[in-house]
Amino acid sequence: MNSTGTLQVTTPSEREIAMSRVFDAPRSLVFDAWTKPELLKRWLGIRAGWSMAVCEVDLKVGGAYRFVWRSSDGTEMGMGGVYREIVRPERLVATESFDDPWYPGEAVDTTVMVEENGKTTVTTTVLYESQEIRDAVLESPMERGVAESYDKLAEVLASIA
Amino acid sequence: MTPDRLDATFAALADPTRRAILARLASGQASVAELAEPFAISQPAVSKHLKVLERAGLISRGRDAQRRPRSLEAMPLAEATEWLDGYRRFWEGNFQRLDEVLEEMKTKQKKHPRTKRERGKR
Repeated sequence: MNSTGTLQVTTPSEREIAMSRVFDAPRSLVFDAWTKPELLKRWLGIRAGWSMAVCEVDLKVGGAYRFVWRSSDGTEMGMGGVYREIVRPERLVATESFDDPWYPGEAVDTTVMVEENGKTTVTTTVLYESQEIRDAVLESPMERGVAESYDKLAEVLASIA
Repeated sequence: MTPDRLDATFAALADPTRRAILARLASGQASVAELAEPFAISQPAVSKHLKVLERAGLISRGRDAQRRPRSLEAMPLAEATEWLDGYRRFWEGNFQRLDEVLEEMKTKQKKHPRTKRERGKR
C-alpha cells in the first residue's frame, strides 16, 4: 500500500495512465474537495502566479465542468469535460479535453476513492482513445517523466552526484 | 529546453547500458574500449549506445584522434531534472494544498458534525 503523501504513477492497461495518492482524510471530505468549486479553487493547478479564474462544476451525470487558470501576466489555460458517472463519495467518471490540446481527441478520467482507517487512497486513471495516443502522451516528457524516467534519471544523477 | 531535446534525453536514459555508461563517464572521460570493458557486449554495440547518447547531447567526443575519449555533458541532464522537478512540484504542490484543505475540513467537521453525511446516498 502507498504511504500518505507518496505519488505513484502506473500504466494499468495499454490505453491508460494511472496516478495514485493517499490522503489523511475520510473519502467524503476528499470527494467534496474534488468536486466543490470553492474547495477545488484552493488546490488544483494553483502554481506560483496562477489562480483559477473559472471553476464551474455541474455535478450530475451529463453535467459539465469547466476550469480556466490565469497567470499574473494574463495567460490563460482552460480545460473541461462532462460527468459520466457519479457515485458519491467513491467514484467519479468524466471526460477531459484541453482548449489547447496537447494530445488528440478526448480522454476519460476515472477517479476512485477507497477509504481505510480514516485515510483515502485516490486513484485517477486516464483512458485515451487509442494505445497510440496513450503512448504519445507517455512519449511526451511530461507524462513519461513521471511514469518511467524519473527513477532512472534519479539513478543516473545519484551516481553522478 | 525543446520537447524534442527532452525526448532525446529521456529516450537515451531509457536503457540500462546507457545509464551505466553515463555513470562511468561521471567519474571522468573514457575511450570506447574502456567503456566497453565492464559490459559483456562488443565495442560496436557500445558504439551504438554512444551514438544515441551523443545525439541526445549527453556526451561529447574529445579531440585526441587515437582515443576519441567520451565525456559527460552535464547540461541536458540538468535541464531534464529541472523540468521533471517542475512537473513533480506541480502535482505534489496540488496535493499538498489539498492536504491543507482536507485538514481544515476535518477540523470544521469535528466542530460541527453533520451526522450520517453522504451515507446511504450511493
